Amino acid sequence: MRILVCVKRVPAPGARINIAADGQAVDTAFLGFTMSPHEECAVEEAVQLVERHGGEATVLTLGPSEADEQLRYAASLGVARAVLLPITGPDWDPQRTASAITAAITDLEAADGAFDLILFGNESADSGGFQVGIRVAHALGRPMVNGIKGIDVDGDTLRARREADVGVEVYEVPMPAVLGVKEGINLPRYPTLKGRLASKKVDVAQVVPQAEAGGQQMVRLLPAAEQVSATVILGRGPDAAAAVVDMLQEIGVLK
Amino acid sequence: MILVVVEHDRGTMSPATWEALAAARALGEVHALTIGEAADGLVDQIGNFGATVVHQVHGDVLGDYGPEAWGEVVAQAVKALDPTVVLATGTDRGNEVMAHAAARLDMPMVANVIEFGSDELTRVRWGGSLLERCRLDAPVRLLTVAHHAFAADESPVAASATPLAVELDPVLSRTLVRDRVERAAGVTLATAPVVVSGGRGVGSAEGFAPLQELAAELGGVVGCSRAVTNNGWRNHTDQVGQTGTRIAPDIYIACGISGAIQHWVGAMASKKILAINTDPEANMVTKADYAVIGDLHQVVPAITAEVRRRRG
Ligand SMILES: Cc1cc2nc3c(=O)[nH]c(=O)nc-3n(C[C@H](O)[C@H](O)[C@H](O)COP(=O)(O)OP(=O)(O)OC[C@H]3O[C@@H](n4cnc5c(N)ncnc54)[C@H](O)[C@@H]3O)c2cc1C
Ligand SMILES: Nc1ncnc2c1ncn2[C@@H]1O[C@H](COP(=O)(O)O)[C@@H](O)[C@H]1O
Repeated sequence: MRILVCVKRVPAPGARINIAADGQAVDTAFLGFTMSPHEECAVEEAVQLVERHGGEATVLTLGPSEADEQLRYAASLGVARAVLLPITGPDWDPQRTASAITAAITDLEAADGAFDLILFGNESADSGGFQVGIRVAHALGRPMVNGIKGIDVDGDTLRARREADVGVEVYEVPMPAVLGVKEGINLPRYPTLKGRLASKKVDVAQVVPQAEAGGQQMVRLLPAAEQVSATVILGRGPDAAAAVVDMLQEIGVLK
Repeated sequence: MILVVVEHDRGTMSPATWEALAAARALGEVHALTIGEAADGLVDQIGNFGATVVHQVHGDVLGDYGPEAWGEVVAQAVKALDPTVVLATGTDRGNEVMAHAAARLDMPMVANVIEFGSDELTRVRWGGSLLERCRLDAPVRLLTVAHHAFAADESPVAASATPLAVELDPVLSRTLVRDRVERAAGVTLATAPVVVSGGRGVGSAEGFAPLQELAAELGGVVGCSRAVTNNGWRNHTDQVGQTGTRIAPDIYIACGISGAIQHWVGAMASKKILAINTDPEANMVTKADYAVIGDLHQVVPAITAEVRRRRG
């Protein structure tokens, strides 16, 4: 199987997210970066599918040149090839991102053959537009289902499972296909030392993307309304148990 | 005219749709779009939320949910009905259908809107930890409304139903739901009245046994942080947070969880939060309603014992 995974570099904030003074981005002065958790699972899924069915996995990102870090992380988990579409300045809007990724995929496929499966995250962790993968799939004319938590290969068909309120839905999608996956589909491995060394040698192909801006423009970021609460300290250590149970009775949890 | 895409599962309308219909009323005259024959019975319910006209679409590939088929229906409805705004639910299905429609129409789409300004919209990012003000340059505004951002208030009118004809390529059946495994009835993490949750501070898979006992005693379920699922101590189905489950129990008991923002957004709708942590400065502690400072391995069993003692 030839599999492509699209990932995005995002900051990894801790207790709170601080906004830069100009309101245009998250203040990342003291933050590390990661790929969205759904996408980390997409990478793991691609590696597992290749382990099971043979073939090769490729990872692609559109982002700053520093996103090389996320591509190499994917490589350290077992992805063979990496593609960076470098941009400078703020994030591209979803339509522009999707058309740049579509163009890159078209070029990659013209050179090396079609991808049987293209994986996306269900949504990016930071902007959460819920659309880039769907736009790419439509542009390529391929089937796409989002929110996938299980993939089985059956000949030319993928059986994909998705969790809904009433239970699990099963889709049967013909390849070549596109799927958006959610965290929980697997437990991503940690890179081995060998994997990390190998990832340093992976040749990251760079193609400067070109695409027109779409119709959604960010004006500024705003903090979400903070819930302020004066925490009532019920006590220290096991001696606090009586006060806790008093509270549980007071709020009606314990009758 | 504001067109609301009705989310339903084989004829059962989702509560998120009530919110979308209520939100739409503030924007203008509301029409609704139902997809598939199974939804034909929803006209009165839709009228209760103020939509005057229900456009009903039938078709061979609309026997069950399918993201591509539904997205194509919405795209054709936009062309046929010429709405100024299309609203869908900010759920898995709503966001997915709207993105498929937007891709087909080659128009922008804004997910999870919480406020409609005259020329600016506010939407949630980071699963709700951050907001974005944005501007939209489009002939039709394709939006989804964030779940729980608008009250599902009723405003009954007599809605009329009218058929809407669409042309659907049979190839769209490739992404219809083929099969289902229905969920067994019972309390789930999303609906439990009590959630006793553990983080890295629990230390191991076995360390969850006392949390399980307390949860059982209180008629609740066990939850956890991503540190726990990443360590393989619990299944991801127990994870609370941005990439896990959003919960809203009567009380959330967070044991050995630091309260990272991505965890907090999953728990913040809880009516009350009790943090049990050795660190009095932990974000979970400073944001909680109640806290016990101490080692969870001692505190949690002591609470269980006290509950049992009072029950006699
Ligand atoms: C895009 C993105 C999405 C994410 N989504 C999620 C998500 O959905 N859910 C989620 O949970 N996380 C999520 N995370 C991860 C999140 O940022 C944190 O890394 C994670 O929540 C930390 O888990 P924790 O609180 O258990 O561990 P830690 O942060 O390590 O905290 C452990 C806590 O336990 C306390 N402690 C230690 N020992 C004891 C003891 N014996 N008794 C009492 N207290 C003790 C410590 O004081 C500390 O406060 C996400 C991250 C990113 C970047
Ligand atoms: N800049 C990017 N580079 C590569 N993939 C991306 C990028 N932005 C979004 N994606 C992919 O598209 C999915 C959906 O993103 P979004 O529409 O922003 O929620 C993400 O989970 C990624 O897999």
